[in-house]
Amino acid sequence: MSRTRRKRPGQAATAWAFSAPGLLLLAAFMVLPFALALGFSFTNERLISPLPTRFVGLDNYVSVLTDATFWRALRNNAVFVLVVVPVQTTFALWLAVLVNRRLRGSIFFRSVFFLPVMTVMAAAAVVWTLLFHPRGLVNAVMELVTFGAFSPDWLNSTTWALPAIMIVSIWQGVGFQMIVLLAALQDVPDQLYEAAALDGATGWQQFTNVTLPGIRNGLIFVITVTTIMAFRLFDQVWIMPRTPGGPLNSTRTVMLEMVETGFGQQQIGRGSAIAVVFFLIVLLVTLVQRLFLRERREGS
Amino acid sequence: MSHARANQKGHIGHYVIMVVLAAFFLFPLAYMFASAFKADDAVLGGSDSLGAFLPSPWVGLDNFRDAVERASFPRVFLNSVIISGSIVALGLVVNSLFGYALSRMRFAGQRLLVIGVIALIIVPFEALAVPLLYLSASLGWLDTYHVQILPFVASPLFIYLFYSFFLNIPVSLEEAARVDGAGPVRIFVSVVAPLAKPAYATVAILGFLFSWGQLLWPVMVTRGVDVRPLPLGIGTFMTTPPVQWGDIMAYAAMMTVPLVIIFLIFQRYFVRGVAATGVKG
Repeated sequence: MSRTRRKRPGQAATAWAFSAPGLLLLAAFMVLPFALALGFSFTNERLISPLPTRFVGLDNYVSVLTDATFWRALRNNAVFVLVVVPVQTTFALWLAVLVNRRLRGSIFFRSVFFLPVMTVMAAAAVVWTLLFHPRGLVNAVMELVTFGAFSPDWLNSTTWALPAIMIVSIWQGVGFQMIVLLAALQDVPDQLYEAAALDGATGWQQFTNVTLPGIRNGLIFVITVTTIMAFRLFDQVWIMPRTPGGPLNSTRTVMLEMVETGFGQQQIGRGSAIAVVFFLIVLLVTLVQRLFLRERREGS
Repeated sequence: MSHARANQKGHIGHYVIMVVLAAFFLFPLAYMFASAFKADDAVLGGSDSLGAFLPSPWVGLDNFRDAVERASFPRVFLNSVIISGSIVALGLVVNSLFGYALSRMRFAGQRLLVIGVIALIIVPFEALAVPLLYLSASLGWLDTYHVQILPFVASPLFIYLFYSFFLNIPVSLEEAARVDGAGPVRIFVSVVAPLAKPAYATVAILGFLFSWGQLLWPVMVTRGVDVRPLPLGIGTFMTTPPVQWGDIMAYAAMMTVPLVIIFLIFQRYFVRGVAATGVKG
């Protein structure tokens, strides 16, 4: 692109004028708060307090990192990511392949699978809270299928509360991934399948040798975004369990912990430390993923 | 996979699978809509059988009427429309202008800005929420509309989506307009933006989706019902006993329908937009 561009007089001024609103907003609402978070995390700042702000060094970090509740929350996040990311991505890919077939009704089914994405999570969480009620629809089906052997009190069980939240999250989010992967699938040239078929490749071989490499970038995008979203888990765990953090903290997440600290208890300093730790974790996970999943670019 | 020579038998199995999956995706929504027309005690009482999907005993619009009254629905609905509408409208302008400048104009620091914007994509809003709350409180911005709008107008993700999309538009079209004497604003408004409809539609849908469902930030920065958006109303229902499930389901349904309508309006552009922007790297 840059080769075809020529410098024109006054272009820089125009460019800055076009960029200014976005730049200013990003600076005010992302860069500045991030700098503040770093600063606050080393102080005892509180939202409303008569006490003067003091520099406390790493105290907030020490207190967060030695708090068993924080580790419990982080562990829940990790379990959630490790289950939801692979399951949801695989499911989304399967759905995308299903609706990519040029059959009558494919567009209808595509919209149906996408519909939950268009529901507000708060509303979806409430509906699923009822569905997971001990006498609710999910257990009615469970009892039917297992002849009464399995009907837990999902949201009050330390074992099943988190899986219940995983199910809701996958139900709501998988349609978005499906759309992204579908777009990637439609970019894979038909000739590649024809060539593979001529070489006698089976359907599965075509899938692993043509489809998967062809949608590599789409898959990476989906995995990265899902991972980040999974760490941000908040709405469902805030609405669904009856107590904050769920039974014995089994659904507590880092975000919930941050909101309770920074907002509920108005400890801005400690809340900021949690935010910084959270950002570093997400950054680390994203970088590690990038290391293993390199994007392939056309012609390079 | 997709291919023409699949046989008839395969098709039947394929449809069976798709119908089963459709049921999985639809049943919570069907349940929600059916329950919205049921008496409060019947919502839970009758939820262990297929009766869960029948709006019976039918109470008509009673739950909707209750929900509207108890949650000051017109007010919070209007708040949501104002907040989400402003975020989307301002965001379309701000993000597309920025994305266009980054993709098409040459100026000092341009490459650095592109890298900066990409880096900001991974900064989750949640990591900024606490200092932003502090900032908003010290500016006296709590309980306002703008505290719920301004932080979400510029979005690194949407700037990047526009940037990638504009990169793929042939430069020759702009050159032609320039030869005809059009200035940069004119070129943008009458040549570039109309070509970028799928990108605008995608950003509009996603932007509306993100802002309509927001819970965390409004919980932090609003107290009264005056400026609170829809999703917070659910909390009110869940915490004020007696929990009336029929009302809650009616409220949830009223929250969901506008998004579905928006999606149906823009759907035509949506898949193409995602294809052209998000994943081509």
